[in-house]
Amino acid sequence: MTTSHGPKSDWRPLADTQTLRARAELLRELRAFFSARGVLEVETPQLVSHATTDTHLASFATRFSGPGAHDGQELYLSTSPELAMKRLLAAGSGPIFQICRAFRNGEKGRRHNPEFTILEWYRPGLDHIALMAEIEELLAVALGVDRCDRITYQAVFEEELGVSPHQTSVALLEEVAADRDLSLSSFADVDEGLQFLLAEVIEPSLGIDRPIFVYDYPVSQAALARIRSDTPPVAERFEVYFKGVELANGFHELADAEEQRRRFEDDRASRERRGLPIPQLDEAFLDALDFGLPQCAGVALGLDRLLMLQIGADTIEEVLAFPLCRA
Amino acid sequence: MPTYSTNQFKNGLKILIGGDPCSIVETEFVKPGKGQAFTRIKYKNMKSGRVVERTFKSAETIEGADVVETDMQFLYRDGEGWNFMDPESYEQVSASETAVGETANWIKEEDVCTVTLWNGAPMIVAAPNFVSLEITETDPGLKGDTSSGGQKPATMETGAVVRVPLFLQIGDLIKIDTRTGDYVSRAKE
Repeated sequence: MTTSHGPKSDWRPLADTQTLRARAELLRELRAFFSARGVLEVETPQLVSHATTDTHLASFATRFSGPGAHDGQELYLSTSPELAMKRLLAAGSGPIFQICRAFRNGEKGRRHNPEFTILEWYRPGLDHIALMAEIEELLAVALGVDRCDRITYQAVFEEELGVSPHQTSVALLEEVAADRDLSLSSFADVDEGLQFLLAEVIEPSLGIDRPIFVYDYPVSQAALARIRSDTPPVAERFEVYFKGVELANGFHELADAEEQRRRFEDDRASRERRGLPIPQLDEAFLDALDFGLPQCAGVALGLDRLLMLQIGADTIEEVLAFPLCRA
Repeated sequence: MPTYSTNQFKNGLKILIGGDPCSIVETEFVKPGKGQAFTRIKYKNMKSGRVVERTFKSAETIEGADVVETDMQFLYRDGEGWNFMDPESYEQVSASETAVGETANWIKEEDVCTVTLWNGAPMIVAAPNFVSLEITETDPGLKGDTSSGGQKPATMETGAVVRVPLFLQIGDLIKIDTRTGDYVSRAKE
């Protein structure tokens, strides 16, 4: 028998056996954590009928052909299980968690693989502050940290840059960037300026000693979070950082269907301005909100990054058996 | 020149920043989960040699720099500069003292160098990693002393001074590593 004589392929996994064992052990710990708390494990589709409307995410598109779809049906790989899990919550599931793959086109780097694993969970009856306490317990189990720090989005910008993020302007943020001699100092809007300054100046030193929650975001970055009518109003959203790595994002979940529709329409308008595809709205999700989403908080955590932090890996590729370059 | 989008950034890509040709040495994709993507690069300014960081928005484009590396033969030096010839097209270019820099220590006529051309003009001239040069001046050696390990300065035909073993004499040909300026061995004709 003869074999082919093409160039040898990189068939071996990138993650070593020890890392694969650590991943399996982490999955066991997480499932035990939620099982002990009566949180139900669920599964939702990764092949979905609607592309994401999020301006800064890009869905992979594919086609189903088969019974009932003679001409083919456009489908997308899910960028997040959020909408489907909220349909379960509206249907009365109670507290739920999921460990699933998410797919995001265009994202590849030291901490990004276009296909990655999300741990996402929802807690009816809790707000984002109460959910942060549960995340703290989970991080104690997964990373062995004894506690987490907490800081508002406003305080972190004031401390690091002397900027009040809820009452700023493009011109002011451009001045801050120019004063610090940053290489980028022209922004299309306030959010771009805030996101750049966060990524460039603040993030690298966030959570060096222990994980830190940054919470209460500008309303312009509310995503799917409730807005609290303080002065100024803030979005009840948080992110978790550890050793400069963004680890999780959570909300006190928006339950108002009309408000949700307006935000989707804003996303679509923003996509149109940028010349991006403009997806149809997921009416099943909006109907579920209309039916009634229980008051709840939810969070999505990057499981691969959690594993990176646990074992001290520098790149996401080190914790994946077959990242994109070997997929 | 073409323009490049951030998705085309990779190590070694030559781009124009602040009017200077630069070579990318590191790229990093930076993206918050709910926010805009950025690409952070480290690049080397090919004129100054400085390595600098810069961040781009993901939709930004940047102009490429017309930089090519090519092997050229050193012909002669005149009042204008150092003259090199492309061995295939026979085209000749003149390189400035700045472009030749330290390489002046190591090259002699007919040597083949790697010339980095920016917009067709020599920007950097790199000597071959190893060259053979003749010793034109050195203290009388101790004939037969190949083991003592002692060294002495010797002046090469190009004017460079290299530390060589004691047994070498004026007129001897030696092999030098141009990256370190160190003597490697005796060279045959």
